[in-house]
Amino acid sequence: MTQGLFTILDNKPLTATVYRMVLVGDTEAITRPGQFVNIKIEGQYLRRPISVCDWEAGVLTLIYKVVGQGTEKMAAMTAGQQLDLLVGLGNGYDTSKSGDKPLLLGGGVGVPPMYGLCKRLLDEGKKVTVVLGFNTRDEVFYENHFRRLGAEVIVATADGSYGEKGFVTDVMKHLTYSYFYTCGPMPMFRAIEATAVTSGQYSFEERMGCGFGACMGCSCKTKYGNKRICRDGPVLEREEIVW
Amino acid sequence: MVKTNVTLCGVALDNPVIPASGTFGFGYEYAELYDINMLGSFSFKGTTRDPRFGNPTPRIAECDSGMINAVGLQNPGVEKVLSEELPKMKAVFHKPVMANVSGFSVEDYVYTVEKLEAEPQIGWFEVNISCPNVHGGGMAFGTSPEAAAAVTAAVRRVTKKPLLIKLSPNVTDIVSIAKACEAAGADGISMINTLLGMRIDLKTKRPVIANKMGGFSGSAIKPVALRMVYQVYEAVKIPIVGMGGITTAEDVIEMMLAGATAVEVGAANLVEPFACKTMIENLPVVMEKYGIADLSSIVGAAH
Repeated sequence: MTQGLFTILDNKPLTATVYRMVLVGDTEAITRPGQFVNIKIEGQYLRRPISVCDWEAGVLTLIYKVVGQGTEKMAAMTAGQQLDLLVGLGNGYDTSKSGDKPLLLGGGVGVPPMYGLCKRLLDEGKKVTVVLGFNTRDEVFYENHFRRLGAEVIVATADGSYGEKGFVTDVMKHLTYSYFYTCGPMPMFRAIEATAVTSGQYSFEERMGCGFGACMGCSCKTKYGNKRICRDGPVLEREEIVW
Repeated sequence: MVKTNVTLCGVALDNPVIPASGTFGFGYEYAELYDINMLGSFSFKGTTRDPRFGNPTPRIAECDSGMINAVGLQNPGVEKVLSEELPKMKAVFHKPVMANVSGFSVEDYVYTVEKLEAEPQIGWFEVNISCPNVHGGGMAFGTSPEAAAAVTAAVRRVTKKPLLIKLSPNVTDIVSIAKACEAAGADGISMINTLLGMRIDLKTKRPVIANKMGGFSGSAIKPVALRMVYQVYEAVKIPIVGMGGITTAEDVIEMMLAGATAVEVGAANLVEPFACKTMIENLPVVMEKYGIADLSSIVGAAH
């Protein structure tokens, strides 16, 4: 983990409530897709943990949903503004277990970390299938970004207004894959748990105090003992999760 | 050259800044960020007789200028603290450390302190009789002078190390509790623990925290902490470790003026992992600004 000042390069809405922020700063502490940053926001006591969508040397891309005071303030930020970030938090996804045909399942605002993961898996020469789930057509984002990387992309909407009708698991059950990676809401996780035929990794969300393992605010029980979502997670392996 | 060193219950500190229990683990997470040997000391994660997972999540809620936590004393229990946590701590921290101990009965406190007593690196015991986040214990001992005295006297019998009692602000008269601890053999008072508080989510119309209530900390509580330290300083002769909302070097000095010999820093560490380092580095500058040559000389100077 490092602490650094980042400068906003761009901050624009992708949908009515989802924004993409591109920042310039030191990204060296980020080692794996699925890690997160913790952002200091003027007037808010606690930092805001946001998953990393994509990064390269000196450039960081975050996609966040406006859900409360902190993210409302983020949405109002403009290019040139500086932000204090803790960078390189969490364990991230382990791509060494993916096999040659991994399946990525992103639900709503769980889609962003799938992007960096998809990029990494493709770089490693894997054949990647991505299933993106949204409630409705207006909420869909990043479909073409995944396609441009070279992944096979299937979009599902719960109301059928775009792509396949149904949930990511309605698509998942017809696919063959060597391993799966996912990020999204708990109901989606439960459905995946009931559908998946291989091992996989889930990225969890929890209210955090510090984000770096000090306060025990985000602890959970696993089959291998207590873990801190912020430090030992947010990614947990299917085999260790207590549902 | 200003002097930042102080003496707490006979143990020398390079400076009065001590990260508070529950915000600093056993030190090693922070040791990845900076050399924690620059600290005065630190108070390690509240340790109980048996392992505890703590409360269900969510355990954290944000407030204006502060936060609420209801962690509930998650810790691996005293055996694993001795066999696993302290060896990891010793690899990165070489000064006397403060051992924070909690319990659910007088016997629990005595058991845990006895187990830790032989550990040479422990410079002080900080007995927490004020945790607001556990049922049937913790704060129950800190809300009556008689119960506080009973824990103090029992632990006093099993330790030769300096004994601090950590008090709750969630009481009618903190002075009477501090005096009861002093009379029962405490070497110092550590205060204040968090203030019992809550937040309610307007969308769900339910408490944010699973435990409903939790301990409120952060810069918002500093005026309450200062007032209580000021009151207790007038009533006891033993030293006070002051805490509650300490965030800057100026806060350290203000708390010492109220009567604290040393200070603890809690919530600030969680928001700014380098908070204590920054505070210690700024102390000499702020001391010079206010004409303070020797930090130990200002303890209680506001009286």
